Amino acid sequence: MFGEHDLQAAESRTMRGERNTLDRRWFMKCAVASGAALGTSGKPAAEISSGGSMQKQDDARFVVEAKFYQKLANKKIKCKLCPRECAVGDRERGYCGVRENRDGTYYTLVHSRVCAAHVDPIEKKPLFHYLPGTEAFSLGTAGCNVNCKFCQNWDISQARPEQIAAEYAPPQRVAELAKQNNCPTIAYTYNEPVIYSEYLMDTADAGHAAGLRSIVVSNGYIQEEALRAAYGKMDAVKIDLKSFSESYYRNVVTGQLKPVLDTLVTLRKMGKWTEIVYLVLPTLNDSDAEFRSLASWIKTYLGVDVPLHFTQYHPEYLLKNLPITPVATLERAKAIADAEGLHYVYIGNVPGHPAQNTYCPKCRKLLVERVGFTASKMQIRKDGSCPFCKHPIPGVWHV
Amino acid sequence: MNTLDGASRRSFLKQVLSGAALLSACGGRKLLAAEPGETAAKSRVVVARDVQLRGTGSTVESGRMLKLLDRAMQAQFDRDKPVEAWRRVVLPGQTVGVKVNTLGGRGIASNLQLVEAICERLQEAGIKASDIVVLDGDSEEMEHGGFLVAMGGDRVQCYGTDRTGYEQELVEQGSVGSQLSKILTRRCNVLINVPVLKDYDGAGITCALKNMYGVIHNLNKYHPNGCNPYIADLNMLPEIRTKMRLTICDATTVIYEGGPGYKPEHSWKHNALLVAQDPVALDSVGWQIIERKRAEMGLKSLESENRALRYIATAADLEHRLGTNDPRRIIKVEV
Repeated sequence: MFGEHDLQAAESRTMRGERNTLDRRWFMKCAVASGAALGTSGKPAAEISSGGSMQKQDDARFVVEAKFYQKLANKKIKCKLCPRECAVGDRERGYCGVRENRDGTYYTLVHSRVCAAHVDPIEKKPLFHYLPGTEAFSLGTAGCNVNCKFCQNWDISQARPEQIAAEYAPPQRVAELAKQNNCPTIAYTYNEPVIYSEYLMDTADAGHAAGLRSIVVSNGYIQEEALRAAYGKMDAVKIDLKSFSESYYRNVVTGQLKPVLDTLVTLRKMGKWTEIVYLVLPTLNDSDAEFRSLASWIKTYLGVDVPLHFTQYHPEYLLKNLPITPVATLERAKAIADAEGLHYVYIGNVPGHPAQNTYCPKCRKLLVERVGFTASKMQIRKDGSCPFCKHPIPGVWHV
Repeated sequence: MNTLDGASRRSFLKQVLSGAALLSACGGRKLLAAEPGETAAKSRVVVARDVQLRGTGSTVESGRMLKLLDRAMQAQFDRDKPVEAWRRVVLPGQTVGVKVNTLGGRGIASNLQLVEAICERLQEAGIKASDIVVLDGDSEEMEHGGFLVAMGGDRVQCYGTDRTGYEQELVEQGSVGSQLSKILTRRCNVLINVPVLKDYDGAGITCALKNMYGVIHNLNKYHPNGCNPYIADLNMLPEIRTKMRLTICDATTVIYEGGPGYKPEHSWKHNALLVAQDPVALDSVGWQIIERKRAEMGLKSLESENRALRYIATAADLEHRLGTNDPRRIIKVEV
C-alpha cells in the first residue's frame, strides 16, 4: 500500500514527460472534476457515478451498521475489528476516524465511499506470485487504524471521510467496472482496508458472483474473527510488515507487532496466498539483526516459499528527514534473507533491479522477468511448475 | 541613520523590559495575553455562578447570561466595567475566532446565549461583527448545536472548517502532526476558547485544552493513552498558543459521567462560567467541579476508574509550561 503511491510517481517520472509527479491531490481533483477515476498508467477506470461531487458528511448511502463490535453500558461500544479495541462513546469515532457511535450503535461511514480508484498492474501491489501481467481494479477509502510516520498515502489514510472527495461505488458497481476494464481482480488498497471491512466483504461477494477475484493490501492489524470473516473472502493477501520490532511499531507506526505476526500465521492456516512487504527505512529498521530475525521467523512460522519484498523508502509525511533507502541496504537485506533459506526474496521500488525477477529456487533459471510494473516474460507452466526442472513454484499463476 | 547614544540606549532597553514600549505600540493599552511558554506566578480562575440563570424555565436567559459574563470578566481582569476588561483581551482591527464545542449536540453544545454575549462585548470593545468568527469543526454539528451558520456580509460569522478546509501543509509539535483549520490560520489572529465542561471517557474530562482538537484534521489519532501527550503537544502549536487569549468555559450544564455525548441523566445545571487565561489551571478547576459532583452522586473518582487527567500534568510540565496545575498557584475567585 505504502509503496504504490511512490511507484506511481516513479512511473510517471520515467514514462510520462508531461507530468513530473503525480500526487494524489492532483488525481482526486481530476477524478472528481471529470467524474472518472483515472488509472495512473493512463488508463481510465470508467465512471463510477455520473456527475460525481463532494459528499456531505452525513450522506446516508455510506453509513451502514458496522460488524465486529460490542455494545456496552451508557451507549458506549467496544470495537472488535482491530487490536486497538477502541472504547467509543456516543457521538465519537474510533481511532480510524471512519467508524462512529451513534446512540449506542456503531456504524461504518465509508461503505461504498471510494476516494481513490485506479486500474493497476498487479505487480504494483506488489504481488509477484499472483496472476502476473494482469491488472487489478484497485480502490480505497479514507481512514486507517495506525498512523505510520512514513505513510505515502497519509492524505487519505489519516483523513476523516468528510474531508476527502469521494464517489459512491456500491459493490455491484465495482464489479461492473472491474469487468469493463478487463480486470480479473478487485484490489482493496491505498488506505487500510481493515477499516472498511464491511465494504470489502460485500464487494468481494459481488466480485465472486461476477467471476472476479479479490486481493487485499493490508497492515494485517486486525482481530482474528474479523480476519477470518473478511480476509477469508480474499484470493490473495499482501501484508505490510513494517518492522520486526515492537518498539518500532509503538513509536513509528502507533501499532503493535505481535497481532500482525498472528495474522500472518492465521492466513497460512487459512491457506491464503500471502506475500509480505517490508519497507526499509534507513537507520530505523535496517539492521542486520532485524533482517535476520525477520527471515528466521518467516522460515519457521510461514515457510520458505512466502515471497518477501524489501522495498525502498522515499521520504514522505512525518519522516521527510530520512534519506531514500540505499539500494545497497536492500541488497544486504535480500542477501540475509536468502542466506536464511527463503526462496523468493525481492527488491521493490527500484525499477530494473534484477531482484524484481522470479527465479526457480532449484535450477536458478529465470521464470518471470519484470520491467517496472510489467511482467515482460512469464514462463511458469500451467501447472505452476518450472518449465526447466519441473520444480513447483508456489503462487496463483494463471487466471 | 539614526543611532541611539549610550543614555538613550539604556533608556530604551529599560522601557522595553518594563513593557512600556509595548504599551506605546499598542496605543497605551497593555494586552494581558501570556507569552508562549510563560507561566504567571499565580493563575486566576474565576468561577461565576448564577443560580437563577434560567429564571423559572430551563433555558438560559440572555440578560442574566450577559451579566454573568460581565461579572466574570470584571473579576478576571480586575476592572469596573466589562468593556474595559474586554479591551485587555482584544484590540480594534483584530479578527477574533470564538472556538465553541458542538460535538455533543444540543443540550451540551457551547451555550448560544453565552456566545451571543461574548460577541456583543467584543463589538463594544471595537471588533467589527464581520471580524468575529464563531467556529468549530463542522457546520452541521454547529447547526445541531443550535447555531445559525452564516458566511459573508456584515454580521458575525459562524461556520465550521468543512466550509474552508484544512491547510495542506502539516504542522508538527512533539507527538502531533496535523493539518490546521484554515479558519484558524487565515481568518483569525486572536482566539477565544469557549469549551464546555464534561466527563470524557478517554481523557477524563474535556474542557479548555481538549477543545483545540476541533481545529485539526486528524483528531481521532490523538485519543490513545488518555489523549496524553497529544492534548499538551497540540496546544503548543504556535498557531494556537500565540493566538489564544482567553478561555470562557461554559459550565451552565455539566456532564459528570458518560460524556461526551449529551447524557441528561448524568448532567446537572451548574449555571456557571469559568474564566481564565491559564487553560491548565482552568481545566484543573473544572476537573474538581466534576469530581465533587461524582462524589455527591456516589460515583468513583476519575482516578479510581483509571481515568486520571494525565494530560493536565503534561501540559503543566517544564517542557510545555502551558499553565499550572498546582493548587497552590491557582487563585480561584468565586463571584
